[in-house]
Amino acid sequence: MPDEPLIEAAGLDVGYDGTAAVSGVTFSLRPGERMALLGPNGGGKTTLLRALLGELRPLGGSLRVAARCAAVPQTERSQLDYPVSALDVAAMGALSRLPWWRRPGRSEREAARRALEQVGLAELSEETFGKLSGGQRQRVLIARSLVQEARVFLLDEPFSGLDRPGSELLEELIGALAAQGRGVIVATHDLEQARRWDSVLCLNSTQVAVGPPDAVLDLDVIERTYGGAVVQLPGSGERAILPPHHHHH
Amino acid sequence: MRRAIAEMTLIGIAGGLLGCWVVLYRLSYAAESLAHSIFPGLVLATLTGVPLLLGAAPAIALAALAIVLIARVPGVSREVAVGVVVTGFFGLGVLLALSPDSPPGLQGLLFGDILGPSDGDLIAAAVLAAVVVAGLLFSHARLLAVGFDRGFARALGMRPGAVEAVLMVLLAAAIAVAVQGLGNLLVVAVFVGPAAAARELTERMAPMMLTAVAIAVGAGLAGLYASYYLGTAGGASVALAILAAYVLAAAAGRLRRLFSSPRRAGMEATIG
Repeated sequence: MPDEPLIEAAGLDVGYDGTAAVSGVTFSLRPGERMALLGPNGGGKTTLLRALLGELRPLGGSLRVAARCAAVPQTERSQLDYPVSALDVAAMGALSRLPWWRRPGRSEREAARRALEQVGLAELSEETFGKLSGGQRQRVLIARSLVQEARVFLLDEPFSGLDRPGSELLEELIGALAAQGRGVIVATHDLEQARRWDSVLCLNSTQVAVGPPDAVLDLDVIERTYGGAVVQLPGSGERAILPPHHHHH
Repeated sequence: MRRAIAEMTLIGIAGGLLGCWVVLYRLSYAAESLAHSIFPGLVLATLTGVPLLLGAAPAIALAALAIVLIARVPGVSREVAVGVVVTGFFGLGVLLALSPDSPPGLQGLLFGDILGPSDGDLIAAAVLAAVVVAGLLFSHARLLAVGFDRGFARALGMRPGAVEAVLMVLLAAAIAVAVQGLGNLLVVAVFVGPAAAARELTERMAPMMLTAVAIAVGAGLAGLYASYYLGTAGGASVALAILAAYVLAAAAGRLRRLFSSPRRAGMEATIG
C-alpha cells in the first residue's frame, strides 16, 4: 500500500494526571487527508492534538505517529512587538536541522522564502511579523512548519477571528497542503466546512464517530457530539445546536 | 582618561548587546536583582585582593540556590523569594563594605569608579566582553526563537530553560564587567536604557543591537566627559546620560509611528 497512514490511533485514551479527558479514539490519517475535529469545548479536541504532538503520553490504547507533526498555534501566544520579519519567523523552522551554534543561513532563508511564497506571502516576507493581520500571521506560522518539513499540520480553531477573505485563503491553503500529500487535522466548530473535507472525527469526551462527512454527519451524531438538540434555523437552512435543557419540539 | 574611554566602550558593547535580550525577555528585574546579589562577593573579592569575577560567580550561584530553596516554602512566591534573597545579599555586602575594619575605597563598588580602572581591570573587562559577544553570537538564533515562541522552540527540540540559563550566565559576566565602572547601584542602567531606546527606533534584531551599542557607548562617553570636566559622579553621570538618550529615543519613536501610520494617528486623534 503506497499510502502508509501518517497517524494511526486505536482505542487511544489521553488525559491529565492519569484521568482520561478523551477516550476510545480510533482513526487513521492518510497522506492528502483533511480531517475535521469536531466537538464541544472541553470535549477533548486540544487534548488529542497535544497527544499527537507528543506533549501528552497515551494513558491507554495505541498511537503511532509516523510523520513529523507541527502545530500552528494561535498567534496571540507569540509577542506581536517582537523585532522579527515574516521571513525570520519562517526561517526558525529550520533550527531543528542546524547544530546549536548555527543560525539560519542562505539555504535556510531560501527555504523560508519558498515557504512564504507557497502560503501567498512572498511580497510581505520583509514585513514585521506583528504588523501583519491575524490571518497573515497564521500563514507565516504555516510557512514555518513547511520549513520544518512537517508532514502533518495540526490547527486548533484556526478560523476563529479571521474575516471572510482570510478564511477563504486559509481553506485554500489547507487544500493545497493536502494536495501535496500532507495530512491536515483542523479542530473546528464549522459543520458546513467539515462537510467539504475528507473525514470528520467527532469527540465528546469519548469518540462519537469517525469517517467521511457524508456518512457520519447525521443529526444523531451531531446531537451526541454536542450533547444538545440541533435545530434548523428558519430561512437560512443553517443548523444551530441547542443545549439539552432548551428542547423546543 | 584613555583607560576610562576604553572601559566605557567595553561596557557599552557588552551592555548594549545583552540589554536587547534583557528587554525582549523582560528580565530588567532579574538583571537588577543579579547585580545586587553579587555585591557581597565583590566586596569579599576586593577585601581579599582576588579578581572581582572570582567573588561574583559564587555569590550568584549562592543567591540563585537561595531563591530556588525559599521559593519552595509553601505560600512564598518566586518574586517574594527574589526580593528577600536580593535584599539579604545586598545588606550583607553593605555590612561588609561599611564595617570600620574595611579599607576605604569600597564605596567604589557601590557607585563605580569609571575614571580609575587599572590595566588589569581593563584586560579582565576585555576578556569578559569578548566572552559575552561570542556567547551571544553563537546563541543568537536560539535566543530569538525561544523569546518569540517557547512552545514551538520546545517542539523543535530546544530546551527553553537551558537557553535562558545561558542568557543569565552571560548577563552575570557582563554585570561583572560593568560593575567596576558604573557601580553596583547603577549598573542596571546600561542593560535596560540603551536597549529600550533602540527598541523605540528599530524593528529588527540586528539594527536594534547595533543601535543599542551606539547609544550605550555614546551616552557612556558623554557621561564620562561630563564627569571628568564638571567633576560630577561618574556612574551617575553615565546613568543620567543613558536616561536622556532613552527619553529622546522614545519621543522620536512616537513621532515616527505617528508619521508612518496616519490611520493609527487619526484614531488616536479622534479618541484624544
